[in-house]
Amino acid sequence: MSLINVVVIGNGMVGHHYVDQLAGSGVAAKITVIGAEPRPAYDRVHLSEFFAGRKPEELALTTREHYKKLGVNAHFGDAVVAIDRDAKVVTTEGGRTFRYDKLVMATGSYPFVPPIPGANLSNCLVYRTIDDLGMIQAKSKNAKIGVVVGGGLLGLEAANALQNLGLQTHVVEFAPGLMGVQLDGGGSTMLRRKIEALGVQVHTSKATQTIEETHGKGNTRLVMNFADGETLATDVIVFSAGIRPSDQLAKDCGLEVGPRGGINIDYHCRTSDSDIFAIGECALYGGMIFGLVAPGYRMAEVAVSQLSGEHNSFKGADMSTKLKLLGVDVGSIGDSHGKTDGAISYTFSDEREEVYKRLIVSADGKTALGAVLVGDCSDYDTLLQYYLNGIELPANPEAMILPASEGGAPLLGAAALPATATICSCHNVSKGDIISAIDGGGCSLADVKSCTAASTGCGGCAALLKNVVDDEMAARGMEVNTAICEHFNFTRQELFHIAKVESIKSFEDLIKHHGTGRGCEICKPAVGSILASLWNDYILEEKHVGLQDTNDTFLANMQKNGTYSIVPRIPGGEITPDKLIVLGEVGKKYNLYTKITGGQRIDLFGARVEQLPDIWKELIDAGFETGHAYGKALRTVKSCVGSTWCRYGVQDSVSMAIYVEDRYKGLRSPHKLKSAVSGCTRECAEAQSKDFGVIATEHGWNLYLCGNGGMKPRHADLFATDLDDETLIKYIDRFLMFYVRTADRLQRTSVWLDNLEGGLDYLKEVIIDDKLGICTELEAQMNSIVGTYQCEWKTTIEDPEKLKRFRQFVNSDAADKRVVFVQERGQPRPATEEETDQLLAKSA
Amino acid sequence: MSTAENIQSNETQVICQRNDLIANSGICALIDGQQVAVFYLPEEEPPVYAIGNWDPLGKANVLSRGIVGDIQGQLVVASPLYKQHFDLITGQCVEQDEIKVPAYNVELIGEQVILANRNS
Repeated sequence: MSLINVVVIGNGMVGHHYVDQLAGSGVAAKITVIGAEPRPAYDRVHLSEFFAGRKPEELALTTREHYKKLGVNAHFGDAVVAIDRDAKVVTTEGGRTFRYDKLVMATGSYPFVPPIPGANLSNCLVYRTIDDLGMIQAKSKNAKIGVVVGGGLLGLEAANALQNLGLQTHVVEFAPGLMGVQLDGGGSTMLRRKIEALGVQVHTSKATQTIEETHGKGNTRLVMNFADGETLATDVIVFSAGIRPSDQLAKDCGLEVGPRGGINIDYHCRTSDSDIFAIGECALYGGMIFGLVAPGYRMAEVAVSQLSGEHNSFKGADMSTKLKLLGVDVGSIGDSHGKTDGAISYTFSDEREEVYKRLIVSADGKTALGAVLVGDCSDYDTLLQYYLNGIELPANPEAMILPASEGGAPLLGAAALPATATICSCHNVSKGDIISAIDGGGCSLADVKSCTAASTGCGGCAALLKNVVDDEMAARGMEVNTAICEHFNFTRQELFHIAKVESIKSFEDLIKHHGTGRGCEICKPAVGSILASLWNDYILEEKHVGLQDTNDTFLANMQKNGTYSIVPRIPGGEITPDKLIVLGEVGKKYNLYTKITGGQRIDLFGARVEQLPDIWKELIDAGFETGHAYGKALRTVKSCVGSTWCRYGVQDSVSMAIYVEDRYKGLRSPHKLKSAVSGCTRECAEAQSKDFGVIATEHGWNLYLCGNGGMKPRHADLFATDLDDETLIKYIDRFLMFYVRTADRLQRTSVWLDNLEGGLDYLKEVIIDDKLGICTELEAQMNSIVGTYQCEWKTTIEDPEKLKRFRQFVNSDAADKRVVFVQERGQPRPATEEETDQLLAKSA
Repeated sequence: MSTAENIQSNETQVICQRNDLIANSGICALIDGQQVAVFYLPEEEPPVYAIGNWDPLGKANVLSRGIVGDIQGQLVVASPLYKQHFDLITGQCVEQDEIKVPAYNVELIGEQVILANRNS
């Protein structure tokens, strides 16, 4: 049987999906794919992560090798410039020709640049491809201000990118509101409020008339002139005012296109030439362009099915969407503007928490027609399921969007979903598909993912998918695997309980009686931490040393070149001039890079392993203690100067911070712990971003719990107010010990609370009302840990046996010659690999 | 970087004493200019293992400072930098087929740790 020649023009996400699907379909085809971009398909949905440090190869959806394995003939960096429909041949820019039996156009779209005089100046850019991003990065290097033209979904993505590059960012939108397609007026206003709070300046109802270059001393800037007479000066402009289908090739060869662009296709994704298909953003179906990846994937599958003989149909697609723009959750479902006849709507708006929700329902109140969510998308999955499956709403539909404390409806359980419910819209996986994957032998979330591809697109359905899988497995009496690793069939919480009840004091005993194998880098440090929380032994005791991560083993933080950094404890951030001088002298003597941390410490970098004991001897002699910056332990308690100095302070925050830090220093926990104490409501110590934060009031202290900065910031919850000193410490004792007992490995307090059944109210019942009757025990355990504190560095430098570990080589006093530094801004920094090679070659 | 072939001698040589080793953990020795990570697992047979100290992924001499354990019975050390696993017997990286560090034959004879004929 002869192969059919299939040529695919375009290797974006949709073009790639087509190739992948066709190659796996069993159709006897010789596949050729031609991409204009120099690299194989990549994930455009997560493009902005490029600026958050994700490398191009991490965004890749495929590789040349993978195509080779599939037998696909792939050509990149050579755009198709002509289609000869009579000869059935396509020609590339490079002059190559390819004959086809069936042609698939997946040419995608290009960014629309409004025809404004000056829009073609060199610092006017677009946001579409990795190369575009590279260009934005290059042009932003010496820039301070960046403007995005376009306040839609892509415009805000681009604004996020400019913010990540450190530019002062403006968004200029022609329409009166942001994301006008997806959001109603109320949602749009709330979004603007939130985005402005993040430092992005938003200008709406602004028509740009011209862009001019001005030449200052040594630099060129841009000035935008608006129709209302106002101007805006900037260094970079990124146009993200919508997309246009790339249909030039189709027009040139006489295929039918829509009046405003887009290659006309029928429900089989065929163009006006029955041997040519068009899929994705270049295709026009029913007068609509589908600018999302999920409908594009559907079209690719429909087009493949025409060759495999299944002849499926494309019937349009749901354009509901949920995303995070500049860290703000935004969701839009169905008829978000409430345009359906007789539609009624419910609106919830909380300006303090900056949350806006609107639910649009049918005239009889029984079905959901659409929804808008800004600032909180936790109801999105449930609402989408109601909308897509026509599930009958409860008698009081407003409960769907109200907070739980106001009588809001609980999330729709996985069990309540019909088998037809779409769980993953990127890969069109229904609950039924997931059930058959489990029927077919899948017995974990990972199995289901690899078998159905669910949750491997945008990832937005991850939580829902997990619920469905867990629910389905539980319904079959199958064990949901929550084991910490392959060596223990227990959670961290269970291991903690076992070690406590059986008084187990070593990893060896625990694995012998309750585990298998020899352990690994996951269970060993976790058990090390549990044993430390329970018995508080010196962590470098012989039986514990092999359990510790390198940072704990060497009581310092390993850096990229294998050297360590040192952070002495500075309780509350208070330090005498004499001690400051000691840190300076030590830094100078050992040629260390010094930096002030966010937790009010001084970090000394670049110590070689064999230098650590000498450095610490000097620090301990000067009265310093270890700072536990290397441990999953209490790190820092930060403070403002409080009532002692500050005109506004109402309590002595520094004394309290020092007391708190001295009490909990050395406490080992599932993850690091940070704290702060502020002396008044101005909150200069930023206590609400800490695991436990204390803020002074006229009458005592307010306690805030489970805040976090970092990757996923969370404001701490107000837990109790106007506490006296004694009660404050009592509550913190109980809270910390309860967390240490029950949290998962590497679970910060913020995530722990979010997963705690019953949430904050339950935590109050346990800690304030002693609902579980364990508070005496929690306090006793904390007192025992406080009472057995030791400075690990002091213990270490007093023990010659332990010091033997602090050598680069057991058989030589030589130093590691690959540890090389160069000077930058008057301090050492690790040499790059190239610099190291050069310096070593020179000295050789 | 360092390869087993760079170790000059074909003769056996004493690296260190048993009490230089750390049970269930690693140390590093300098042999003919090469850094060799030596791991001591008293419960295993044999009880000592040696591979190159250079982490080709983290690009630093740190493997001796990783946590040792097993993956489905295969003895490994996890790099302290980015946690990839290296087989203690062959030096093969578990996560990336094309990455391998040198492996050496070591033995514990009495109290002495001996580097035997090189392992290819």
